[in-house]
Amino acid sequence: MVSATGVTRTAAGQSRWSAIADYAPTYGAFAALILLLLVDSLFIPNFFHPSNFRNILLQVSPTVLVAVGMTLVIATRGIDLSVGAVMAIASAVAATSLSSGTALAIVLALAVAMGAGAFNGALITGFRIQPIIVTLALLIAGRGVAQVINGGQLIPFSNQSFEYLGRGYVGPIPVQVIIMFVVVAAIVFVMRATTFGRYVVATGGNEAAARLAGVKVHRTKIAVYALSGFLAGLAGLIETARQGASDAPNIGPNIELDAIAATVVGGTPLTGGRATVVGTLIGALIMQIITTSINMKGYEYSWSLVIKAAIIVIAVYIQRPRVA
Amino acid sequence: MSHAGMTTIDNVRSARARLMRAKLASLLQRQGALLALVILFVFAAFRYENFLGWPPENLINVLRQNSMVGLVALGMTFVILTGGIDLSVGSLLAVAGVIAASLAGNGLVMALLAGVAAAAVVGLVNGLIISKARIQPFIVTLAMMIAARGLVMAYTKEDTVRVERSAVSFAELGRGKIEVGAFSLPYPVIILFVVFALGWLVLTHTRFGRYVYALGDNEEAARLMGLNVDRVIIGVYALSGALAGLAGVILASRLGAGQPVAGNGWELDAIAAVVVGGTLLTGGQGGVGATLVGVILLGMILNIFNLEGQISPWWQMVLRGVILLAVVVVQNRLSRKKQ
Repeated sequence: MVSATGVTRTAAGQSRWSAIADYAPTYGAFAALILLLLVDSLFIPNFFHPSNFRNILLQVSPTVLVAVGMTLVIATRGIDLSVGAVMAIASAVAATSLSSGTALAIVLALAVAMGAGAFNGALITGFRIQPIIVTLALLIAGRGVAQVINGGQLIPFSNQSFEYLGRGYVGPIPVQVIIMFVVVAAIVFVMRATTFGRYVVATGGNEAAARLAGVKVHRTKIAVYALSGFLAGLAGLIETARQGASDAPNIGPNIELDAIAATVVGGTPLTGGRATVVGTLIGALIMQIITTSINMKGYEYSWSLVIKAAIIVIAVYIQRPRVA
Repeated sequence: MSHAGMTTIDNVRSARARLMRAKLASLLQRQGALLALVILFVFAAFRYENFLGWPPENLINVLRQNSMVGLVALGMTFVILTGGIDLSVGSLLAVAGVIAASLAGNGLVMALLAGVAAAAVVGLVNGLIISKARIQPFIVTLAMMIAARGLVMAYTKEDTVRVERSAVSFAELGRGKIEVGAFSLPYPVIILFVVFALGWLVLTHTRFGRYVYALGDNEEAARLMGLNVDRVIIGVYALSGALAGLAGVILASRLGAGQPVAGNGWELDAIAAVVVGGTLLTGGQGGVGATLVGVILLGMILNIFNLEGQISPWWQMVLRGVILLAVVVVQNRLSRKKQ
């Protein structure tokens, strides 16, 4: 039904209203973010202190990296539950290969993470198994793989250039925050200005129609899952560098749920066919600011969970597709 | 003349063989998990001394250990048959466990009813939001998973709620057993089989059960036929909540405490058991028996890992993921061939 309205929309030409409707999800999340900041400025005295903003950006960056990949996966009507496990695998590969060179370790870890994602995509397209099952299997197996690589142990390391990823600063800005913004900008560019971006949205909108229109649906899906794996690997490396050790069982716990929540709050529907990448960034920021605000007010952490859950439902309800 | 007769017989023979092959393929598709279970059972019976035995203590242990996730998987089966999913079961399990543990002093019946009812009400709210606000089950139950966990953690101040020492009847639910001749059957195992039998009856012999399949098969058609779709949706999520609650109360009874962090990740175990059993995530196909086979199959695999003794926990994780994938790939191939 979503795809049907999409087709009529294209056929009728982009009217001004439909153009506004297309961007509404991003602006909706943006309005919520502004509202949240206003409320915080009224009730929390030191909220607008620069160090507070830096902390929020620091804490949100791994989630944003993972969530941006998740956004593209969800845009193809898929889902990736394995991101936390892929973080663990990348972490283990990097930590055990650091002795043979920092650059090599980073490249190797990212390649393995990307390979794990491509493996998801290949199984999903090759055997036509639902994404949720394939990535659930990797979620279960992946941390095991990471532990096998680590020999079941915490692997500490001391390597300044690697730790720079998670602890370094360029002027007042943390390196990982810069990485986050660069990745978001790059993916926004890919989605707006490249054929691949169009393929991603077309695949999720109506797979059969996309295939008939000449979109290489399978290749697009494999690429999207590989990208999700790559970005999860990058998040894993940053977390590992920040902690100064590879702790495979405990890296990125439940991050798949945070990433999915950020994605849907940001305006990308689970039914696919649309990717609001900036919305995802804003969605992740909303979630992080709630946690930080509850913490600064001295309320218990558990209440931030309740508020976040309410925001997910309200956001999705407001942005739900209206049947024309 | 005789030549022609031979050909006819050959034709009949080959037709029969073809029919047999088709029947076998169809059987494999429907009972693939059962076949895997039988093969694994025979393999384990020959390989490990302690696997069988009389009375079959090891096997009863496998059932007892998997009884709680089995109950959760039963509720999940109803939800998945309608084409939905319930991610909130782990949190609901914790809600029920904490409520039951804090009321255990008032006797088993009171604690059990309160725990199950609370979880059923939260499940009902899931169903209400899904059907009335028309938001996808994945998102609604994801939000409920987060919210219910937050509420139970706030209520308990993230502390374990201990069951009073005097609450003997409550402790009996998870720890007691009935002696039947040489068997000693723990209550959780009995509950598992009774509830699965009831679930099977509801699904195959009641109007509600037919509606569940109709809804999963084609929601639009079910709506057009005048079926009250909303009521069926609310019903399955309330049922899923109630069964997660029952599992939570049994767990609290076994542990002698209600833990706010209990059931974390159980939704994935339950989904895995349902899928391995052969119920399709797209809804409309599968059943209660399939899920029971899936639960026992996954439980037996863990049991075999333990009996083997040499497999590290992380290799066990790898193997579990691989086995889940392998079963689903095989089932997929077989069902495609049939079509």
